[in-house]
Amino acid sequence: MGSAGQSDALITARDAGLVACQQCGQVHRLEARICTRCNGPLRSRDAESLQKVWAWLIAGMIAYIPANLYPMLLTSTLVERSESTIIGGVVELFEHGSWGIATIVFAASVMIPVGKFIAIIYLALSVQRHSEQNRHERHKAYEVVEFIGRWSMIDVFVVAILSALVQLDTIATVNPGIAAVSFALSVIFTMLSAQAFDSRMIWDADRTKA
Amino acid sequence: MTTDLPPLDELVACPQCDTLHRAHSLPDNARAHCKRCGIVIMTSQPAAMARILSLALTAFIMMIAAISFPFLTLDAGGLHNATSVLDAVLAFNDGYAFPLAVAVAFFIVVIPLIRLGALIYALGPLVREQKPREGARTAFAIAERLRPWSMAEIFIVGVTVALIKVAGLAAVTIGPAFWAFAGVVVITVLKDQLICRYSIWEVLDKATR
Repeated sequence: MGSAGQSDALITARDAGLVACQQCGQVHRLEARICTRCNGPLRSRDAESLQKVWAWLIAGMIAYIPANLYPMLLTSTLVERSESTIIGGVVELFEHGSWGIATIVFAASVMIPVGKFIAIIYLALSVQRHSEQNRHERHKAYEVVEFIGRWSMIDVFVVAILSALVQLDTIATVNPGIAAVSFALSVIFTMLSAQAFDSRMIWDADRTKA
Repeated sequence: MTTDLPPLDELVACPQCDTLHRAHSLPDNARAHCKRCGIVIMTSQPAAMARILSLALTAFIMMIAAISFPFLTLDAGGLHNATSVLDAVLAFNDGYAFPLAVAVAFFIVVIPLIRLGALIYALGPLVREQKPREGARTAFAIAERLRPWSMAEIFIVGVTVALIKVAGLAAVTIGPAFWAFAGVVVITVLKDQLICRYSIWEVLDKATR
């Protein structure tokens, strides 16, 4: 097993005329196209990274609109039929007194997606402007976005399990609403957006400017 | 500029910020961080390979149990409904929601199983100190590439939320598959923490040569 010690000064693989494999860390000459260690593709920087980030992000934000307007759950009981949206479901949980669960659902379905949109916009804009500020904080933000984005899926899974479980003919049935589909799409699109972001660009600012 | 650099095999670049480091041996249970952005570049845990393999095998078997046994059972007003994990997936099977059913099936069952299978395939021979199987590199690359799309742990939190929503409405019984699934989640987290990409790629590479 190997380990990483530092070279004397911090230089990037690109500055040294090399290209690094993002999959396994192996370093190659700049001309290499395929990693000899893991057969992964080599690219010093992904030139289309920002384009992909914006495209997926906009798709994700568009899908998030119907996800909030249309019902997530269709519930029918003996006495009534009701539809609840994402926010409606959270309010219902609050009224039942389930504060903890209401907070989890609110965080997963509203705070995380919206926070993620803002974070990705900020990261993409700061890279476009070759900003040299807060690079450590921005890198941290990128890591958080990558880690936490998937957790928005909670609400989709809640709908899945509720509609499978609550199928008691006349007494009560729960069915998924169209918002579940658009919400899932929104989460998938923003995950792809975050994955398309080449974090090495955060650290490139000083070089591209010079 | 490349003249004063050590041979390429002794260098490692941070996958997230491209900073070059010199690779050297690490004491047991140590972690090496990137000097610039701070992410963990490599770890060294004794017998990590054997532990990853055994955890992956355990998780694989428990996942089979989790999809075969009843997951949750609901009783209300004399009516009874048993649900397996696959039923939960098929809840979306009518009309417009069908693609979602496929996606959910992939996120909670298919992708976790592919990841586990690929890891077992790639690491099995290495633990016995044999030559890696053909396609072992592709298999390990797939297992790592799919990591963010394997959402078993998120599903189990979703189930907990759903249980609390239903609790007032009807009596819910938790079946054996629920515990098996929870087990898969815990074991998968432990296993993923043991995986040091750099070390595994190095072993896969050197064993092939």
